[in-house]
Amino acid sequence: MFKRPREDARASLRFTFDGAAVEAREGDSVAAALLAAGATPCRTTPVSGAPRAPYCMMGVCFDCLVVVDGVGNRQACLVPVRDGMAVESQRGKRELGA
Amino acid sequence: MIHAAPDYDAAVIGGGLVGSAIAWGLARVGQRVIVLDEGDIALRASRGNFALVWVQNKGNGLAPYAGWTLNSATLWPDFAQELLDETGLDVKYQRPGGFHMVLSEREYEVREASLKRLHAQPGVPHYEWEMMDHARLASFLPDIGPEVVGASYSAWDGHCNSLRLFRALNVAMQKRGVDYRSNAAVSDVSHTAGEFRLSTAIGEVRAGKVVVAAGVANARIGAMVGLDVPVRAQRGQLLVTEKVAPFLHYPVSTIRQTDEGGVMLGDSQEEKTEAVVGHKVIAVLADRAQRMFPRLGSLNIVRTWAALRVMTKDGFPIYEQSSRCPGAFVATCHSGVTLAAGHALTVAPLIARGLLPEELFQPFSTRRFHVQKAA
Repeated sequence: MFKRPREDARASLRFTFDGAAVEAREGDSVAAALLAAGATPCRTTPVSGAPRAPYCMMGVCFDCLVVVDGVGNRQACLVPVRDGMAVESQRGKRELGA
Repeated sequence: MIHAAPDYDAAVIGGGLVGSAIAWGLARVGQRVIVLDEGDIALRASRGNFALVWVQNKGNGLAPYAGWTLNSATLWPDFAQELLDETGLDVKYQRPGGFHMVLSEREYEVREASLKRLHAQPGVPHYEWEMMDHARLASFLPDIGPEVVGASYSAWDGHCNSLRLFRALNVAMQKRGVDYRSNAAVSDVSHTAGEFRLSTAIGEVRAGKVVVAAGVANARIGAMVGLDVPVRAQRGQLLVTEKVAPFLHYPVSTIRQTDEGGVMLGDSQEEKTEAVVGHKVIAVLADRAQRMFPRLGSLNIVRTWAALRVMTKDGFPIYEQSSRCPGAFVATCHSGVTLAAGHALTVAPLIARGLLPEELFQPFSTRRFHVQKAA
């Protein structure tokens, strides 16, 4: 659905989403990179299990929640992509960390 | 002049948990009922509470309150089942037993002494409770922090989804024909020839009986029917975390995980009448919760709020029929969730018959506030 502009000359980064390699650009948020890669939905809701994807892209709607490097319920639109990051879809309720 | 029969057997003033439980209970025994709810301007304690169905520590200073609370807890399973059958809404009542945790030896001693005093009172029914040390408590709640000294426990404590309870009562009463009206604030009540005429924002309403269940407004509205109801607002602040996989399998008096996964942290008791939150109190609540369960520290708080409890002078409920205007009743308490089953299944049928029997309700009348002082 989303295409990157041809003139986008930012450096490439790689991270994984549910174990699969995804290419991103430096400065992407995780949510933007997931949308650009067509990697949606990115979560299911904690009560009814409905699928969700990034929506507001500005930290308000909480629909882009993902697991980032083992930490659940991170807002993908507020987390800049880093090279080698491990992102997983948030399936239902997050686990309580140690 | 011929008087037509009043429009309703009973007008319930207040559509919160207390009014809704009584209205449903009245309709359940065949009464024609109207609920006059103030509207969104109302203080709405029913939308801000902590959702415990709580027995331990109730009744210190008024023994019959212990039995009254236990009565409601005993009725709760049938109450929840009946609401589910009538509405399809599961209010998720669970009674795994509950804990009140303490963070110092001093708190432990105070708690133990208080519960011993409670149970030493004549008239307090025998029920299972105990003080647990850290090791025994950890066998129930393995995630407790090192600062936790222990807890008091009662097998009778539980919790529910109180917002769903509120909705279920509203749906159930209307299914049983209750005429529920919002934005129907009551400005005056007159009592003539055995009939009540209520001036309301939706016009005049005539009813054979009146039930005053309007929370903090009971003081003002009670006076219209000759009842002196000394209630005040007491603020409680709460927090809730993001939803997490179930990890807390027992309610703690100030921490509970809801059926949908959020962890509620409560709850302050402040002599304030504005329902606003402040960082000072919220920080203390969060700090204590995190000392009780250090793993909570990794969770995001998604919401904080304040609500106003409906408190009497002594903290105990009031149930009374007006002697000046027979047929007018008041019901007020700060435990609208715990006592909801008792209100629906015990109080309402008695109000329908027009009498709150002395042996059960004399201790809860306002006469206790008017005892003559010794010379």
